[in-house]
Amino acid sequence: MSGVDRLNVPEFERPIVELEMKIEGRRMDLANADKEDDRKSIQEEIDELSKDLKKLTDTVFANLDPWDRVQLSRHPNRPLTDDYVSTLFDDVQELKGDGNFKDDPAIITAFATFDGVKCMVMGHRKGKTLQERLACNFGCAHPEGYRKALRKMRLAEKFKLPIISFINTPGAYPGIEAEERGQSQAIAENIREMSGLKVPIITLTIGEGGSGGALGIGVGDRYLIMENSYYSVISPEGCAAILWHDAKKASDAARVLRLTPNDLLELGIMDEIIPEPYGGAHRDPRKTFDIVKSHLMRHLKELMALDTDDLLEQRYQKLRGMGKYIEVAA
Amino acid sequence: MRWALTRKRGAPDGLWMKCPSCEGMVYRKVVEEGFHVCPECGFHMRLTAEQRMEYLLDSGSFQPLFENLESTDPLGFKGKKSYKEKLAKAQKATGQKEAAVFGTAEIGGKEVVFGIIDPNFIMGSMGSVVGEKIARAAEHAHDKKLPLIIVSGSGGGARMEEGILSLFQMAKTSAAIKRLQDKGGVYIAVLTNATMGGSMASWAALGDITIAEPQALLGFAGPRVIAQTVRQELPPGFQTSEFLIDHGFLDQVCHRKDLRQRLTSLLRYTCADMPAYKKPAVKERHTAKIKAVAKA
Repeated sequence: MSGVDRLNVPEFERPIVELEMKIEGRRMDLANADKEDDRKSIQEEIDELSKDLKKLTDTVFANLDPWDRVQLSRHPNRPLTDDYVSTLFDDVQELKGDGNFKDDPAIITAFATFDGVKCMVMGHRKGKTLQERLACNFGCAHPEGYRKALRKMRLAEKFKLPIISFINTPGAYPGIEAEERGQSQAIAENIREMSGLKVPIITLTIGEGGSGGALGIGVGDRYLIMENSYYSVISPEGCAAILWHDAKKASDAARVLRLTPNDLLELGIMDEIIPEPYGGAHRDPRKTFDIVKSHLMRHLKELMALDTDDLLEQRYQKLRGMGKYIEVAA
Repeated sequence: MRWALTRKRGAPDGLWMKCPSCEGMVYRKVVEEGFHVCPECGFHMRLTAEQRMEYLLDSGSFQPLFENLESTDPLGFKGKKSYKEKLAKAQKATGQKEAAVFGTAEIGGKEVVFGIIDPNFIMGSMGSVVGEKIARAAEHAHDKKLPLIIVSGSGGGARMEEGILSLFQMAKTSAAIKRLQDKGGVYIAVLTNATMGGSMASWAALGDITIAEPQALLGFAGPRVIAQTVRQELPPGFQTSEFLIDHGFLDQVCHRKDLRQRLTSLLRYTCADMPAYKKPAVKERHTAKIKAVAKA
């Protein structure tokens, strides 16, 4: 990765990356240094810098505000659905197409084996290369993407495969063709059908939980979310544009929307926050996958032990309990 | 018409009023006696919940349900105005506690669970209370084996001020509607100007039968957001009822004056306890015709 790429990170993380690059540079100097004295002084410098780095990382990551978390959730180096699928699952058989109009690469659906358990896995795809990103509309699915997901979910139901869904989208695509092909209807139908699908469904938000576009493959028995992710009714930018006619006030909007994992847990939406390695998933993807794996396995086992009626009743009751209101005496 | 959504309603009091869509000056009395439809362009103007009931329900049949549900401010939401202020203002303007008004009522003599999502209350947006009322209505319809009819003017979609809680009302309402429909219950969605976003992408799109008033704005993403995203001009009539029926997402587009008859007829087909239509005898038809002529 070039230096320029490495600096393509959120503002608050930049001093850390700069310091890391500096340390790396000195390490190279150390490897190239011939004289013992030089080596000693460089090593001392590295030790000093490493201490600074630790201190800096501590202060930065101990004080993440909601907007920082939103930026981490969109971090260019953050693991994506494809990374989780290829790392956590074996014998992955991607299944394309909605059987009606076209294949939408913005949602991946696949048979996959999770530690010996046969599953259907699905998730939003943002793409890594520019070409992929464009093909996936940066993770914004069209109606055919949601219909593809529903088609594969029915397949999962037929063959009694639990479903694991990775949520990572800024929102469903807002375009002319998306409306012509029924974006609302596709999402509505998915939500309705997922509420009664007769197999366990685990949803895991790994980055952005963007509104209806996220919920379109996001109804299930367990709602899990990675520590540096968000889930919101509207993007902070969109909210800021409405409230203050200024998308640049997104950081203020991120605060009022209560979209961080802790908020979502408090509000009774999410069931569990999956911790990330220090500084975010992108700083140690391998460790991230290990953590996610153990959490998913635990939930999957719990759900697979339930009989279908109990499973569906619990799913329904969880949804029925969502929302805050008061009931005054009549 | 899009303009009509953003502009403040209510022309100055007087004999004449301005149509919010074509901007033509129209005689107020003609509008009021003509179902609040513009006589010039046919635009269906916004109704109060009371007017809507008067047009659709058998007179005096409405019995309110779930009236004791009240919104809170779960996020402590504050933009330029706080959510609490917004709620108070909407309550004052409408005389209702919330955007959703539900009850049992009769249409053409058939008992139904009936609800309105009132566009006059924070753009008919869906927060916890609206979602809860829709879910309870679906459950009530399921338990009592009654049809469910919801008239949507939910242009605000999922209510931003209740954040994630509003978003998940989409799932709650859809799940309850599924339970009703899976047991053979019928849900008829009546879409009016406007129904958008999280409402359109959940309960409003899930009718066994979906009918809309003409020229209503119906869609997922807001037209402005789409225009900004695709950077091109939107086609004329984009996201209107007529656009949706052309693309196969509505069963019918129905003028407001015919809506009650239409619902009565649809209830006949979808409710086993409703007798089939019986053609009136020739003599009766003749008298009816004379009466109609005399009235005119």
